Amino acid sequence: MTLDEIVVPPIQRVLIIGAGIAGMQAALDIANAGYEVVLVEREPSIGGRMAQLSETFPTLDCAQCILTPRTVEVGHHENIRLRTYSEVEAVEGDLGDFRVRIRRHAAYVNWDICTGCGLCQEKCPKRVVSDFERGVGKRKAIYTLSPQAVPNKPVIDRQSCIYFERGKCRACEKFCPVGAIDFEQEDAVVEERVGAIVVATGYDLYPLSLMGEYGYGEVPDVIDGLAFERLLSASGPTAGQVRRPSDGKEPKEVVFIQCAGSRDPELHMPYCSKICCMYTAKHAMLYKHKVHDGQAYVFYIDIRSAGKRYEEFVQRAMEEEHVLYVRGKVSRVFRENGKVMVWGTDTLSGRNVEVAADLVVLAPAMVPKAGAGAVAELLGLPTDEHGWFTAAEANFQPVETGRPGVFLAGAAVGPMDIPETVAQASGAAAKVLSLFARWSSEVTVTSQVTVT
Amino acid sequence: MKTSYFPGCTLNTTAKGFDNALRASFAALGAELVELPEWNCCGATFPLLVDNMLDLAAPTRVLLAAQEQGDRLAIACTMCYNVIRRTNNRLRADADALEKLNYFIEDEYRGGVEVLDVLQILRDDVGFDAVKAAVKKPLTGLKVAAYYGCMVLRPPAEVAYDDPENPRALDDLLVALGAEPVEWPHKAECCGAYLAVKSQEATAEMSYRILSSAQRAGAQAIVTNCPLCQFNLDKQQLDMGHQHGGYNPIPVLYFSQLLGIALGLDTTDFGWERHYVDARPMLRERGHFA
Repeated sequence: MTLDEIVVPPIQRVLIIGAGIAGMQAALDIANAGYEVVLVEREPSIGGRMAQLSETFPTLDCAQCILTPRTVEVGHHENIRLRTYSEVEAVEGDLGDFRVRIRRHAAYVNWDICTGCGLCQEKCPKRVVSDFERGVGKRKAIYTLSPQAVPNKPVIDRQSCIYFERGKCRACEKFCPVGAIDFEQEDAVVEERVGAIVVATGYDLYPLSLMGEYGYGEVPDVIDGLAFERLLSASGPTAGQVRRPSDGKEPKEVVFIQCAGSRDPELHMPYCSKICCMYTAKHAMLYKHKVHDGQAYVFYIDIRSAGKRYEEFVQRAMEEEHVLYVRGKVSRVFRENGKVMVWGTDTLSGRNVEVAADLVVLAPAMVPKAGAGAVAELLGLPTDEHGWFTAAEANFQPVETGRPGVFLAGAAVGPMDIPETVAQASGAAAKVLSLFARWSSEVTVTSQVTVT
Repeated sequence: MKTSYFPGCTLNTTAKGFDNALRASFAALGAELVELPEWNCCGATFPLLVDNMLDLAAPTRVLLAAQEQGDRLAIACTMCYNVIRRTNNRLRADADALEKLNYFIEDEYRGGVEVLDVLQILRDDVGFDAVKAAVKKPLTGLKVAAYYGCMVLRPPAEVAYDDPENPRALDDLLVALGAEPVEWPHKAECCGAYLAVKSQEATAEMSYRILSSAQRAGAQAIVTNCPLCQFNLDKQQLDMGHQHGGYNPIPVLYFSQLLGIALGLDTTDFGWERHYVDARPMLRERGHFA
C-alpha cells in the first residue's frame, strides 16, 4: 500500500519492540520530538543487556551510571507508554495504521498500587538462580531484575513460587503494606494502534552446551562473559568482588577465551561477533584492577579492535596491565584438583600451552534473541540463515525493512556494540520521524482544503 | 537383520579379538554381520588434496563390493570407517569425481551405499534397550572409561554420529551392559595415532595423559572402538614406568569384548592374549571372567 492509498489519517504513533538501549534510544528520540511511543518489553523492566554490564569500553564508564538516567527518563516520559512484562502477539494492518495485540503477563502484583518498597522480596523464602545474574547470583521467587529496575515493580515467578507450587506460604501478601499482591491476576491482552514499528529485539549468547570442549555447565568455574560482567558489577551478586562460583575464592589465574562459537564455520557460527575482543580486553583489565597479583590470559584468533580508541585500549591491556595474550585456540577445559585445566596452543611459538586456572571466562558468539524469529514471522520480515533481521538494502537502507513503516534497530540485525547500536537506533528513529513529519504536512494540506 | 561388513586389515590380524567378539555379539543380538566376499585395504588415510583421486580408488572398490551386497556397509575399524565414509561423501557430492573413479576402476559405483560404524548400528538399529534386555551377565561394579579417539568424530560434519566434543554412545552402551562409565575429560583426546612411528616420546606423553586421567577418574579399564588407539594406549604402558615412576598399567579393551562377556558368549577367541596389559586378571577378580 502506498501513501496515496491511505484513506484514514495515518497514526503518528510508534510501536517499539524491545527496551534495551536500542529500543530506549529510538523511544527517547521519537518521544522528545513530540510523538507518542508504545514501548514493549518482555522482561519485567527495561535496560536490556546493558543493565547487566559493569563498565563500557573503551572509556570504562560505569554502565549502570550512564544507563540509569536513560531508563528513568524512559520510565517517566509523558510520551512513552511503557508496556513491560509484555509481548507482541499479533500485528495487523499496514503503514500508517497497524493494529497490534499485546499480551501482558500476569505479574501477580497490582503495579497500580505497589510502591516498590521491596519488602516482599526481602520476606520471600524461596531463592532461585537468577537469569539476570547469569547463574552466578540468586533472586527470590518474587523479584525485580535489579535494584535500579524501571519500573521498580516486582513480578512473581510462578514456576518457583511456593504458594503456586504447594498452595501455602503467601509471605509476600502478608507483609505487603499496601495489599498489592494478587494471586488471582491473569494475563491481560490490549490492542494498540500505531503508524510505524521499530524492531529492537537484541541478542542472546550462543548456547555453550554445544561446545563440549569448554566444559561449560560441567565445570562450575567456567562462566560466560555476561556472568563475569555481573561479578565485576558493583550491583552484582558479589558487590563487585571477583569471586569464583565453586568456592567463592578470589581467582589468581584467569583464562579468557575469545571466539567461543564465533568464526567457526565448520561447527558453530561463521561470523565474527565483533564486540568480544573489546569486552575481553576490558574484562582482563578490570580483573587486574581488582586483583593486583592476579594473572590474566587471553586466547584469541586475531584481535579485532576497529573503532575509535579501541586499538589503544587493547594495547593498554597488554602493556600496562600485563595481560598475557596467547594467539591460538583452546582444545579442552576440564577440572582437576580444584583447578580448571586449560589446554590450548600458542600458534606464534608453535607450542602447546597448559594453564592451571582458577576461573575461565568464555566469550560466546552473539546470536539472535530467542523469540526474534516469532517477531519476524508476525511482522512478515525476512531473517538471514542465522536468524538476524535483514535490512532492506545493506548499503543505504540499514534500518529499513522490506515492509513499509517497519524499521530495525540495534543487535536484532547482527552483532554490534553500544555506540553503533545507539547510532543505528537514532537512525531508525529519524526514519520514523521523517514519516511522521511528512504525514503532518499532508494532514495540514487536507485540513486546509476542508477549511476552504 | 543382516548387514554387509568390512572388517579391514587390522581386525583381520592384530585386532582379531575385536572382530571375533563383534561378530559373535552381533549374531547373538540378531544383527548378523556378513563379511564382504571380496575386499581390499581401504588405503588407511583419506587424502586431503582435492585432486588426489588415486587414493580414493581403494575405498571406492570397497564401496563397489558393498554395492553388490546391498545398500548398507558396516565398519568396525574407526580408521576404515573414516576413510570409506568420507570417500563415499565425496563421491555422492561430486559427480565428476565419481565418473573419473568409475572409469579408473573400470566399474560402476553408483553412490547408493550407506556407510555406518558398528557402534552406530548397535545404537540406532539394534538399540541399547534391546542390548540391555539381551544381557545375561551384567558387568556390575565394573568402572570403565569410554574412549572414542578422533576417527569416528572428526571431521564432525562428515563422519560424526555423536557429539564430537562430548560423545555418549560408548558410555550409553556400557550402561546397558551394567557397567559404570566414569566421567572424565579426555574421551575424545588424540592418543598420538601415527606419531607412534615418528615420535615415540610424543605418543607416550599423549597416551600417558589419557591413561592417567582415566585412572584418576576411578576407571578399572579403558574401553575403545579404535584399533589404533587400543594399540597405542595398550603398548605404551609397557615402558611408562620409566618416565612416570610408580605407574600402574590399566587394561585397554575393545567394546565388543565386554559386549560378548555381558551377552554370556564363549570368549575363548576374543584375543585376550594379544593385549599387552592382560585384562583377564582384573575381570576375573571382579567375577566377570571364568
